[in-house]
Amino acid sequence: PRPFFLGNRQPSRKPPCSHFPDMLHRTLQTKLRALVGVKRVIDYTVKIRVGANGVVTDGVRHSANPFDENAIEAAVQMKEKKIVNEIVAVTIGGPKSVEVLRGSALALGCDKAIHVKLDSDDTQLEPLLVAKALQKIAGEVEADMILLGKQAIDDDCCQTPQLLAGLMDAPQATWVSSMEIADDKKSVTITRELDDGLQKLQVPLPAVFSTDYRLNEPRFPTLPNIMKAKKKPLQEKTLADLGITDTTPRIKVKAVSEPPKRAAGVTVKSVDELVDKLKNEAKCI
Amino acid sequence: RQPRPICSMWRKSVPSQPLRRWRPCRFSSTNSQTVDHIDKLRALVSSVVTEPDQLQQYNADWLGHYTGKSPLVLRPGTTQEVSDALRYCDANGLKVVPQGGNTGLTGSGTPLSDEVILSLSRMNKIKSFDPYSAVLVCEAGCVLEQLDNYLEGEGFMMPLDLGAKGSCQIGGNISTSAGGLRFLRYGSMHQNVLGVTAVLANGTTIDALNTLKKDNTGYDLKQLFIGSEGTLGVVTEAAIQVPVRPKSINVAMLGVPNFEAVQKVLLAAKREVGEILSAFEFMDHHSMANVMDVFNFKLPLTEEYPFYVVMETNGSNVGHDEEKLHTFLGNAMESELVLNGTVASSGTEAKSLWQYRENIGPSLLPKGHVFKYDFSLELPIMYDLVEETRKMVTHIPDVFVVGFGHIGDGNLHLNVVAPKDDRRDQVQKIIEPFVYEWVGKQRGSISAEHGIGMQKRPYLHHSKTSDCISLMATMKAALDPNNTLNPTKILPDSW
Repeated sequence: PRPFFLGNRQPSRKPPCSHFPDMLHRTLQTKLRALVGVKRVIDYTVKIRVGANGVVTDGVRHSANPFDENAIEAAVQMKEKKIVNEIVAVTIGGPKSVEVLRGSALALGCDKAIHVKLDSDDTQLEPLLVAKALQKIAGEVEADMILLGKQAIDDDCCQTPQLLAGLMDAPQATWVSSMEIADDKKSVTITRELDDGLQKLQVPLPAVFSTDYRLNEPRFPTLPNIMKAKKKPLQEKTLADLGITDTTPRIKVKAVSEPPKRAAGVTVKSVDELVDKLKNEAKCI
Repeated sequence: RQPRPICSMWRKSVPSQPLRRWRPCRFSSTNSQTVDHIDKLRALVSSVVTEPDQLQQYNADWLGHYTGKSPLVLRPGTTQEVSDALRYCDANGLKVVPQGGNTGLTGSGTPLSDEVILSLSRMNKIKSFDPYSAVLVCEAGCVLEQLDNYLEGEGFMMPLDLGAKGSCQIGGNISTSAGGLRFLRYGSMHQNVLGVTAVLANGTTIDALNTLKKDNTGYDLKQLFIGSEGTLGVVTEAAIQVPVRPKSINVAMLGVPNFEAVQKVLLAAKREVGEILSAFEFMDHHSMANVMDVFNFKLPLTEEYPFYVVMETNGSNVGHDEEKLHTFLGNAMESELVLNGTVASSGTEAKSLWQYRENIGPSLLPKGHVFKYDFSLELPIMYDLVEETRKMVTHIPDVFVVGFGHIGDGNLHLNVVAPKDDRRDQVQKIIEPFVYEWVGKQRGSISAEHGIGMQKRPYLHHSKTSDCISLMATMKAALDPNNTLNPTKILPDSW
């Protein structure tokens, strides 16, 4: 447990332990620790194909979820501005998921990584289980801010950050397109992108953030950092280590199919023909 | 008809300068004879264009250097229509310019004056694809990107990749023997085209649409039409062998201290990742600065470096390729050949890294008139040309010189940009014929992949001897005695 500030170094602030039943008493340090979640997904540029067992993943290029890269970049930028002291990256996936930790998270500037190893690369964990695992990790690591991508591009659930905040009883800021840490490092002013406009919120730390595409432009990992990433500490855990034993899915996938192919366009020869087709074929007038 | 005895062919003397002098055919819309021609051609070809506002895009090339005054564009839909149209034009003294995507850089696809434009754009069907022999048969008007997207679905890809892939057509690629970014690994059009259907100037259809890899049955006729820029015949269909699409693609960008290091990195790459290396490009910091400025790209590496290398590997195993590449890069950094670099970790990042190299050409256009040169040179002296050209124009304001290109193939792209005023002519007088003479002296090629077209006709003698040019003229006279096809391209007026 971290020591309290003694004496009269700072006006003591009551730790918001009511928000964190899992965390022990601790004051907020002047420098923060960020936890960044990264998921290994099929690469954004790949054409998805559906086979007998669902989406074909064998031999297909995988990479870090694009929105998670925004989360990593946000954390690294804050570290460069000396707002954040340490960045811990975490992924929950099969053996190959270590690639997104070494190749993306650690190579871009995260300090440590945790790989919650599942048995198979094809297991799709439901968001609630992911949130429970992240809650345990956030408690162990004592994160001040948790940055996740707003959604994964394979399942598009957009649930994990919200579930995580609910489990931790923490403030959440989702679809963040800009972040400004307050000078006292106890809150963050964020802008969220909603369907009908932008919303500005002030969120006290510790909190969960889900990052959006417009938050930043992820940098290219430089070769020296790619080399250094190989030596950064990477810890392996299992779900059992985190106290999660029941991983039975509560949602059953009944079928996976490709979207129906678009029919070719037809050139019509007259306005009458156009009206006829709109009425009888497209049935929209 | 009795076959002609061989000896009578040799009795005809073959003159050393057999080309008929080319004259504009005064093919104007006010001429009644012209209208007659247009009507007759309209009957032979299913689609023609004669409206002035629609003609503009066919008459001007992409760079805006060459603008013709053609009053008629023929848009045939079948090889038979091409044959009928050419037969008519050849018999009536009309000159024809075959055109594909009109993305050429030397004016080979646009008319000089009022030649009839024969556009293959409507012939864009993919005829067949056999995955076992990996042969694609398609019509000449298929856009390169369209073919690549089709092959992606089959697990294959086109053997060439250019910046113009969204507009260029395969017929044009074949006629100009296009090179591109994948030349290093997958070879030239001469290697990859197995057969063509071509129409000669007099309308004869040459069916050489062979789909077999090995065919030693007499002269290799298809090679006549590959790279001859439409002067010997019009390609209407092609059979191309295509490589398997790689499972593992890695793209890296490296910052390098000087040109000597670029050559050393190339050699090291060939030694350590040679079997998976598929592209090796270089650019100087002037090109990088311009691309970042015009397209608002951010700095790819943490600092600027004198030279950049963009390299790509294509392989079948992700893990193996990454290990090879990382070992190579680790060694290169240790020996300080490479100062910094980045490796793409996703498909999007790979595309972004290629943007820096692919957009150099487009990024120069807004800055003024671009003099584009494309030379094959020996590596050690390659960048000396860029530096000497830069020294010669350094005293003129707002003029700059960039050097980049397919260094893996020994191909330099030298571009000089001058504002569109008096300075353009001033610069042209200084650099031409200086750059061509420099390359000629070094026994380089004055055109590595862009072709001769109209732009480089006067300089052909720097790379081809007089006898070689005479032989080319002889072949032209044999296949096109009336000089109907592309009369102002490749062959100079005198040599």
